Amino acid sequence: MADKIDQIFVTLKALLLGYVPEALQPLVSGLLSVLLVLSVFPGIFALVTVIERKGLGRIQNRLGPNRVGIPFTKIRLCGFGQFIPDGIKSLTKEDVVPRAADKVVHYLAPIVMLVPVLLAYAVLPFGRHMTIADFDAGLLFFFAVGGAVEVSVFMAGWSSRNKYSLLGAMRAIAQMISYEIPLILSAVTVVMIVGSLNLSEIVQQQNAYTHGLAHWFVFTPWGLVGFLLFFIASLAESNRCPFDLPEAESEIIAGYFTEYSGFKFALFFLGEYLGMFAIIGLGITLFLGGWTSPLAALTWIPSYVWFFGKLAAIVFVFIWIRGTLPRLRMDQLMNLAWKFMLPLALINIVVAAIWHFMAVDWPRWLVCSALIFGAYVVLGRGLMKHQKLGKRTYRFAE
Amino acid sequence: MSLSLIILAFVTLLAASAAMSLRNLVHCALALAVTFAGLAALYLNLDAQFVGFAQILVYVGAVAILIVFAILLTRSGDTPNEAVLAPGWISGIAISAGVFTVLGWAVLNSKALPSSGTLSLAPAATVKDIGKVLMEQYVLPLEVIGLLLTAAMIGAVVIALKEPSKSSSSRGDEAQIKKTEQVEPSHVGSYVGEKKGAA
Amino acid sequence: MSPLQTCLLISALLFAIGFAGAVTRRHAILALVGIELMLNAANLNFIAFWRYGAHPEALTGILFVIFSIAIAAAEAAVGLALIIAIYRHYRTSNLDEVKDLKG
Repeated sequence: MADKIDQIFVTLKALLLGYVPEALQPLVSGLLSVLLVLSVFPGIFALVTVIERKGLGRIQNRLGPNRVGIPFTKIRLCGFGQFIPDGIKSLTKEDVVPRAADKVVHYLAPIVMLVPVLLAYAVLPFGRHMTIADFDAGLLFFFAVGGAVEVSVFMAGWSSRNKYSLLGAMRAIAQMISYEIPLILSAVTVVMIVGSLNLSEIVQQQNAYTHGLAHWFVFTPWGLVGFLLFFIASLAESNRCPFDLPEAESEIIAGYFTEYSGFKFALFFLGEYLGMFAIIGLGITLFLGGWTSPLAALTWIPSYVWFFGKLAAIVFVFIWIRGTLPRLRMDQLMNLAWKFMLPLALINIVVAAIWHFMAVDWPRWLVCSALIFGAYVVLGRGLMKHQKLGKRTYRFAE
Repeated sequence: MSLSLIILAFVTLLAASAAMSLRNLVHCALALAVTFAGLAALYLNLDAQFVGFAQILVYVGAVAILIVFAILLTRSGDTPNEAVLAPGWISGIAISAGVFTVLGWAVLNSKALPSSGTLSLAPAATVKDIGKVLMEQYVLPLEVIGLLLTAAMIGAVVIALKEPSKSSSSRGDEAQIKKTEQVEPSHVGSYVGEKKGAA
Repeated sequence: MSPLQTCLLISALLFAIGFAGAVTRRHAILALVGIELMLNAANLNFIAFWRYGAHPEALTGILFVIFSIAIAAAEAAVGLALIIAIYRHYRTSNLDEVKDLKG
């Protein structure tokens, strides 16, 4: 029974495909998967915008949106209908294009942003046997399409002919390039251990249990460090606080999409959130066991529930961080990426190799943990050396 | 010869011509990114999956961005008013047309091209196979590439570093202006250089 | 015309376009772009010969392209750094105005 619920979407799709002639089956199969992604993830986006506003509101000791429910009824749903008026508002707003703007590039930028982000979902395993395109080089595909986002950010920033847009775009590109390296290097450890770039294979390797506990990579020393590095880099890649310099409202208005309004602005917003979900999904797949359950006793819960549950948990952490941490300065951002995360990621690769070749016993835990801890202490001290960090003194007007 | 190949080739060649003929340099760089993506799609069409993805990762994600950065750092982002072609451009076009004619003639009339196996099944080139060959048969070239990338990284950083101002006495004001202008470019340039090496 | 010949013709045309751009444009960055296009045309040839050649299992074409991509990336980094250095020195990046090697 649990098995049937687990595979309900797969069987449903096979059932639907049965009604389609043989020649059209690949096409219809692809269309069905695309439709599912196009309906599920924007739906999650709509919910997350409300949850984020409410969560930030709670953190800042206010209520957040709590009025809008189902239209034309008295049902309020604690304000979870807020995304409907938000969507209507952004769709019906006037689309303003600056007169000096480069019209074609300005028009194309949001599309170039959204297409690669949606493509990235093709390789993520959402559940058991639920990968849309099971590429042999799936991980490489994910990072490759992620690179195209930088082009769109530049297009948006440059074509607007606005200094804030260009500044935001330059900040965003410098940040994305810098954090892409620790991101990829932390994923390399997983590839080394699994021996495959195929994401389904990576999940399959973590789908084993000893003493009832899953073999998630986050439960190993190198995996924990890799996950933390990946997590920080993914915060930066999705331009989230504390790495939200590209769209720092108090400095450069809205960064590279300052000059966008209406539907195009909504597309950027959507693209940014979908990119965030995709990169979180990749992090889950690489380190948190994808669709597997943490305990052997809980395997009866369907696989997609685990995937989306983990997604929701990490999105919550993202919102929590946004409500808690202040924004970094540009030099702090670069120092963190180049002087701390990059060396640590490189050392982590060596640690993963040692882990792979040492015998399965307690000494490898000791050696690997000691290596990582030593590297962390040395690098952290190096990062903090030239910063005169003392107790902050305040001067008040007498 | 499939329809997808023709369409992809058309898009790629059109974008390549645009990249070489548009007046605005940023438009050229964006057309270049389209060319690279089209080439990657052509590789995928030829069943070279790994190379196609690597092409997008390196060229669209890094080289195109690098070129865009260079365009902005040399302040050539605006459409130029003067001529964009070199004085002897007619002979240049003629020579390149000649090159294409010779190459095309050779391709169409060569007897050395393998004619059999043109419709064979896609050869298997999994990542595992590529990795194995790379680590066994081609390990020396791999090491040399690593050395080359390190050298390129160091070289790019050294070239793009801020020059020490030597003419402080004779052209004081001008040097001062130059210096203030140079602060940002050298900064960004070195980041870009570092990125290339590490990628 | 066999698929191999189609691919070779495409790459020949790409090479010619890159060559024409590298020779005729005044701006240094576009010369570099032209060189990149020519390199990519060569890569396309390697892939086509690997795909339709006699021994695809040897993977020679693919390996050659992978190395070539790495070299092209290094070349672009150094070339653009050179262009930026030239721009700082001469305040121009038009190739025909950069005529002497003396500062």
